[in-house]
Amino acid sequence: MQRRVFVKSGALALVTMGLSPSFLKRAIFAQSRLAAPRGKVLICLFQRGAADALNVVVPHGDAEYYALRPTIAIPRPTKLAAGAALVTRDARAAIDLDGFFGLHPALAPLKPLWDRRILAPIVAVGSPSATRSHFDAQDFMETGTPDVKATSDGWLNRYLAAKGTCAECHASRSPFEAVAFSPQTPRILEGPAPSIAMTSLADFSIRATGTDVERLEALYRTGSADIVHGAGAETFDAVKMLRAANPMQYQPEHGAEYPSSPFGQSLRQIAQLIKAGVGLEIAFADVGGWDTHVNEGAVTGQLASRLNEFAQAIAALVTDLDDRMDDVIILTMSEFGRMAKQNGNAGTDHGHAGAMFVIGGPVRGGRVHGRWPGLATEQLYQGRDLALTTDFRAVFTEVVMTHLGAVDGTRVFPGFTPDGALGLL
Amino acid sequence: MTMRFQKGSAAIMATLLAACSSSAARTAPSVTPVAALPSAADVAGREQTADQQIRHAIARLTFGARPGDYERVRAIGVDRWIARQLDPARIDDRATDAWLARFRTLTMKPADLARDYPPPQTVLAQDRRREASSAARADSSARPASRLDAADSVALRDARRRAQQVIDELQAAKVARALTSERQLQEVMVDFWDNHFSIFAGKGAPERYLLASFERDAIRPNALGKFRDLLGAVATSPAMLYYLDNWESTVEPDRPALSTFTARPVRGRLGVAFRPAPRPRRNGLNENYGRELLELHTLGVDGGYSQADVISAARAFTGWTIDRPQLGGGFVFRPALHDAGEKRFLGRRLAAGRGMEDGEEVLDILARSPATAHFIATKLARRFVSDSPPPALVDRAAATFARTDGDIRETLRTIVTSPEFFSRAAYKAKVKSPFELVLSALRAVDAAPDTTPRAARIIARLGEPLFMHRDPNGYPETGDAWINTGSILNRINFGLAVAGERLPGVALGTWAHGAGLDTLSGASRIDGVIAALLGGEASPDTRRVLESGVNPLIAAGPPASPDTRSVADTAPPDSGGEMGAGPAVHRDPLGAPPPLSGLRQAVGLALGAPEFQRR
Repeated sequence: MQRRVFVKSGALALVTMGLSPSFLKRAIFAQSRLAAPRGKVLICLFQRGAADALNVVVPHGDAEYYALRPTIAIPRPTKLAAGAALVTRDARAAIDLDGFFGLHPALAPLKPLWDRRILAPIVAVGSPSATRSHFDAQDFMETGTPDVKATSDGWLNRYLAAKGTCAECHASRSPFEAVAFSPQTPRILEGPAPSIAMTSLADFSIRATGTDVERLEALYRTGSADIVHGAGAETFDAVKMLRAANPMQYQPEHGAEYPSSPFGQSLRQIAQLIKAGVGLEIAFADVGGWDTHVNEGAVTGQLASRLNEFAQAIAALVTDLDDRMDDVIILTMSEFGRMAKQNGNAGTDHGHAGAMFVIGGPVRGGRVHGRWPGLATEQLYQGRDLALTTDFRAVFTEVVMTHLGAVDGTRVFPGFTPDGALGLL
Repeated sequence: MTMRFQKGSAAIMATLLAACSSSAARTAPSVTPVAALPSAADVAGREQTADQQIRHAIARLTFGARPGDYERVRAIGVDRWIARQLDPARIDDRATDAWLARFRTLTMKPADLARDYPPPQTVLAQDRRREASSAARADSSARPASRLDAADSVALRDARRRAQQVIDELQAAKVARALTSERQLQEVMVDFWDNHFSIFAGKGAPERYLLASFERDAIRPNALGKFRDLLGAVATSPAMLYYLDNWESTVEPDRPALSTFTARPVRGRLGVAFRPAPRPRRNGLNENYGRELLELHTLGVDGGYSQADVISAARAFTGWTIDRPQLGGGFVFRPALHDAGEKRFLGRRLAAGRGMEDGEEVLDILARSPATAHFIATKLARRFVSDSPPPALVDRAAATFARTDGDIRETLRTIVTSPEFFSRAAYKAKVKSPFELVLSALRAVDAAPDTTPRAARIIARLGEPLFMHRDPNGYPETGDAWINTGSILNRINFGLAVAGERLPGVALGTWAHGAGLDTLSGASRIDGVIAALLGGEASPDTRRVLESGVNPLIAAGPPASPDTRSVADTAPPDSGGEMGAGPAVHRDPLGAPPPLSGLRQAVGLALGAPEFQRR
């Protein structure tokens, strides 16, 4: 896979020289923008319910982890011989990544991505907000403005809206520029820039014949300019375009096997849309069931099943897209992590910092990003949760600017300026 | 609500008896004030015309007008009709109850449901036990639990089907009631509270046994009553206790419980003695219910509470649990699990050493909080008036709530008789939720109720699977959440499916308006359909489109390029087996395109039109 080494090392050089006032930061990102060709895709996958980061990217090198979770910790991988690398001998221990962190064994399908250096876990990342409400925290992560309730649009929508103001962008805008696979438009895409929310490509058509369709279309293109008419007009444009492009003709390739769950099928269809060349730039899917207050399980159980399906779907997508992954980044996120200590019901309560995965050709994978704050009581947030060392907006800003070519990150994340590049891409 | 308690110290008995009486209806039944009807001056000041007021009241207080509803309301007067709907006990609804008796699972007790519709894992375990006992006799070792044979698979599939039946009936009954009940406002309020106190039927096996009782016994009787009664009924309902994990929440191991032992009487030679029974397992505190009670049910997320209050609330409700949930047991308070320590909640001190009083007092404080009054008033105004309800109206409704000690009926009366309710800005301002859309279409064409889950599946397809919202915050209340490119498509397809009579109970031949409209043609028929389905209101453009089939914009514009050829020109893509046959996938209930002509065509277009998406 071709890596854009020049741009990255150029940017790195500027940062290591210690010259990073904000105008230079913008210059770093702007450089990449000019170099990046069109056709980039960002796929955001939201794990709703606060996934237990500590059992996803397992800090098996941290003894406190085992003290805090006597029955639900993921066992350490064993050493074959003194001085040798840690190996996972069976599915009952963490998959070692770098001697300190490992993956939950149910994430085995992601291990080849790590080995190919296209998967980058990020630890101790999340939102600075103190809220432990799922809905507030999801809102803050989707609007990109922690602790500001008044924000009505999502950060992906702001990216699209800012992009849409440039003349050439506007002229070539596709109705399928942003697609969410969910019955309602997710918050992250809410806003003035149009996007499509659907649950199935196969059903994206008008079930009528002949003049009925034309009359219906007419009804939505006349009359008042309200949300119903607006969405309706877009619908007809989108249906026609999809019919012409026919993404359903694309079958999974290279042996990719997607899980039959709605999440697996959403990713399968995202791949179809990418292959059909309909101008997809932003895709979104979410998956629930992460709120493991009770009976979370350890190497097997509730969390493990969810993780296995999650990993299989992502691995299938990467396999299916093959070298198209050069232009694709998959970003996983969850509203917060979970408490460091297990609770009285063999589960975990709401926490603070969590974990993310950044996957794709342009990613500096094969290493764990972020700074580990430790799990000793004085190192925990409010004495109970994993502390935050990377703001989620720093990750998102880097992806949006370096990968998608946004010029001004503060239009996407108002009120936030990253302290220099994280080096994810 | 059944109360079981361990025989033991008199103090415990006294506590429980006190709790029993205090959890009965705590307030006097509400009496409709004499001056319930608005004054002539108020009526004269309304922005909507008389005709609009009738349509608006029907649209907001019911699930949609049936043929003849407009005339019926006009005959008694809109304000008198609203007052009647606010007093459902006086409305005869025996026909609906009689029809709903067909749903066998709805009237069963949770324990009986658990017995007759056991969850799949239980069926498997029962089979295994039977097998193991016969295998032991034949001296062969038991099969490992991980392997299933053909008989197991069949048993599992049957059990899953029956378990699904329980949820199907729950959903189908909700649709049927909304369709046929004469107590329409009551059913609108049941839907409102179902969503406010949202519970996910898929939480775990016990949940589906407990939900029918939840709606029947906790929600419906209190839907227009006192909020405190509703809160209490929900807090003691096994369905909510299970969903938000409170049934497993116990005093922390290092804190004092209300009782330190549970004693059982044992008959010995010297008479009855008491022997300490094994202590129930103390898992520790679970904050889930405490948090959602404050955040979603009463104060609202900005209602002014802290994490410490969440913990105190959770501690107050320890011991509020379910007697054997897997077997569909009822509410029970277990003193041995209750945190008897002192608590501070919203600035008040809850004394140590008490039992259910702790939780009852938390509910009292919450029900009386001004933040709760404002939160509930806002949600009601959002449902009945508009997505951004006028603050002055919300304030007045909150004041009524506070003044009447949380009387839902009176709070609602303030809202639905207000000038804001009858303002031009509120007219057709709300976008119908999927449930409201499907119900309004079925009522508009006088569909007969049916027991199949067909309508419920369509509602799920449109984005609102009933009782299946995973998170306790419930489905959205504003239009922008429901309207997007994909959902418009589904709504249009739904309208066409109704017109094509692809829903059980829909027969346009017997539709009250149908016979008359069939004999008309052209413009008159269109006028008739617009009158029947769109309340007589359609823009000239809409009218022209429906009559002529010509898009005034397209006809005037540039010739269509090859890319924008009509979708009807190409054959639908072969979706065949593309989607994969996952176990949970049903055949698409919206089906293949039906050919429509004449009256059906006009109906399909009207139901798919933008105007029909609003109420």
